[in-house]
Amino acid sequence: MVLKEFIQIFRDRRMKAIVFFIPLLQLFGFGYAVTFDVNNVPTALCDLDRSADSRELARRLEASGYFSIRYRPGSPGEIRGLIDRGEALCALQIDRGFAKDILKGDPVAVQVIVDGTDSNTATVALNYASRIIAQYAKDKSAQMTGPRHDILDVRTRAWYNPELRSRNYNVPGVIAIVIMLTCLLLTSMAIVREREIGTMEQLMVTPLKPVELILGKTIPFALIGFFDMILVTVVAVLHFGIPINGPLWLLPIGTSIYLLSVLGIGLFISTISRTQQQALTATFFVYIPSVLLSGFMFPIENMPKVIQYATLANPLRYFLVIIRGIFLKGIGLDILWPQMAALLVIGIAVMTASSLRFRKRLS
Amino acid sequence: MSIVRIKAIVKKELIQIWRDPLSLSMAFLMPVMLLFIFGYAITLDVDRVKTVVRDLDKSSLSREFIAEVVSSGYFTVVGGAGSDRDIAAWLDDGRARVAITLPHDFSDRIRTGREASVQIIVDGSDSNTATIALGYMAVITGTFGQRTKGVRIRPLVEPRIRVWYNTELKSRNYIIPGLIAVIMAVIAALLTSLTFAREWDRGTMEQLIATPVRKQELIIGKMIPYFLIGFVDMVFSVLLAVYIFGVPLKGSVILLFLFSSLFLFGGLGVGMLISIATKSQLVASQISVVATFLPAFLLSGFMFSISNMPVALQVITRFIPARYFVAIMKGIFMKGSTFDLLVREGVFLMLFGLAIFALASKILAKRIG
Repeated sequence: MVLKEFIQIFRDRRMKAIVFFIPLLQLFGFGYAVTFDVNNVPTALCDLDRSADSRELARRLEASGYFSIRYRPGSPGEIRGLIDRGEALCALQIDRGFAKDILKGDPVAVQVIVDGTDSNTATVALNYASRIIAQYAKDKSAQMTGPRHDILDVRTRAWYNPELRSRNYNVPGVIAIVIMLTCLLLTSMAIVREREIGTMEQLMVTPLKPVELILGKTIPFALIGFFDMILVTVVAVLHFGIPINGPLWLLPIGTSIYLLSVLGIGLFISTISRTQQQALTATFFVYIPSVLLSGFMFPIENMPKVIQYATLANPLRYFLVIIRGIFLKGIGLDILWPQMAALLVIGIAVMTASSLRFRKRLS
Repeated sequence: MSIVRIKAIVKKELIQIWRDPLSLSMAFLMPVMLLFIFGYAITLDVDRVKTVVRDLDKSSLSREFIAEVVSSGYFTVVGGAGSDRDIAAWLDDGRARVAITLPHDFSDRIRTGREASVQIIVDGSDSNTATIALGYMAVITGTFGQRTKGVRIRPLVEPRIRVWYNTELKSRNYIIPGLIAVIMAVIAALLTSLTFAREWDRGTMEQLIATPVRKQELIIGKMIPYFLIGFVDMVFSVLLAVYIFGVPLKGSVILLFLFSSLFLFGGLGVGMLISIATKSQLVASQISVVATFLPAFLLSGFMFSISNMPVALQVITRFIPARYFVAIMKGIFMKGSTFDLLVREGVFLMLFGLAIFALASKILAKRIG
């Protein structure tokens, strides 16, 4: 039965390519495109002072790597156009008399304008600009009045991901996303397809028991899910340089438990859909909220309380904690057991419910 | 090209759509669901970061410092840690994201005018939250340091900050206009990617070929009903965005729908093309996900700004219609952009739609043989 299913899936040679390339495309997409890191913000600098001091400030902005000064408008009026057209996201205006005021020790302002459309980039860019300007101010006053120490010496450290690379956070999570999309879509559509073509009746007259039928229908997709997990892990480590700080043996165990839920949901979709069109639409209806409300890209703590409780039923949520725990935090079963347990409970519940429905539909 | 024949195909397709109310209702529920999720459930705004405190000083000054951190609104203290190992436990199982340690001599040193140290550990695994939280922390410690000195010394150079367009820096205003573009891309693909593949799977394609219908007529006839559904979805999404989620719409509504039609034409075309080229629903569904949903979601700049991507990827985004449509939507919604600012994007969408249409009819001709 499993063999028949395999032959059927891969008879279409394009399926082989799909099982292989779709995970990779997703991995590269999420690995490279999904980044909230802010660097090289296209910046316009309107330097009306044209002094050594103003050039020094500009140099520091560029040297930080966060800003890249692409435009040097001669008048403040030109800033509007640059930001309107989206050519610059940030603009700095240094007024005439900047260096003179500094020399006199008079506080002087630097105008920072930011395009707020992308609120995340804007917030981060403003933070960086403020810090660079504050540091510059401190160094300037130190030059003139001698060094003055701060009252607070803040030492910050980032654990688990010291360079704060968003890739380290996103790439391991892709394992969960890939398995979900591939397995959900394949399971639900393949079963509905048999019904559409009418081969389901043929299978039902064979001496296969319903349980055997369900197993035969799901095991091949589980194996594909496993293959995708290994593929993504290998590329994540070798190509993206993602560290594995924790026990790797936990990953296949977590994956197996997670697959229970995913295949269960796929099976369920197949019982409510009559056509492949319905299966496709229904899969998207499950897949999109599962991904968005899993903590994959958007932290669960920032969601409203009601939604936070709703995410407790989302298997993806737990699997992501497990994956990131293994890759980044280097924690093991002693800390991850609640996630494992929750995943197992959801998996068994979903699988049982769908199997019962599936059997009812058969008879 | 004959209007009568196109009409006949439209009618046939409409009957088929009507017979599948489940798919039809999902086509209308999809925008509601996505807008709800992005409008209410998720946000990139970082606040109430879970913080654990290890206060070794236990003085009024150290408590004042913690109160300052909390009153900023960006951090919530969820507990106190007794030891460094305790801090590790809080961060390991994710109960806290930030740990603040104040040393024994915190208030002593400040009172005697010496530098006091504050140690801040942040869970870097979610790098975005970590970066923003550290930024806030730097501002808070900065002002605290100045205040405790007694006099507020103005720094020599001060940034005077102004935010344009989205003055409150609300991520919702930024995300929803772009999201409508993503919704349209997904709907267009879901609706059409199976239309031709279905006919082939069921063997009804031969029947269609046997009729005098020409291939362009077939494509246009199949496209019109889905175009209507897509357009209704579009109007619906814009209404929800403006009236339910209060996203300001600064530009012209007519312009908005004009460009949407162009995008829809191309988007439906891509779905048709996949459907014609693959001939199998199973394969078509997988390819449509990769060819439409993922690029629209990841590479359109709707959420992840294109300027932060590696250069190679930035080049690829230039060939993705959703990128232009997202720029149009954001421009019209947030900046009130006028036609002249969006011509380039509009021309691309138009050319893309025509090219896809030509390609689809060519492949259809070849497949029919």
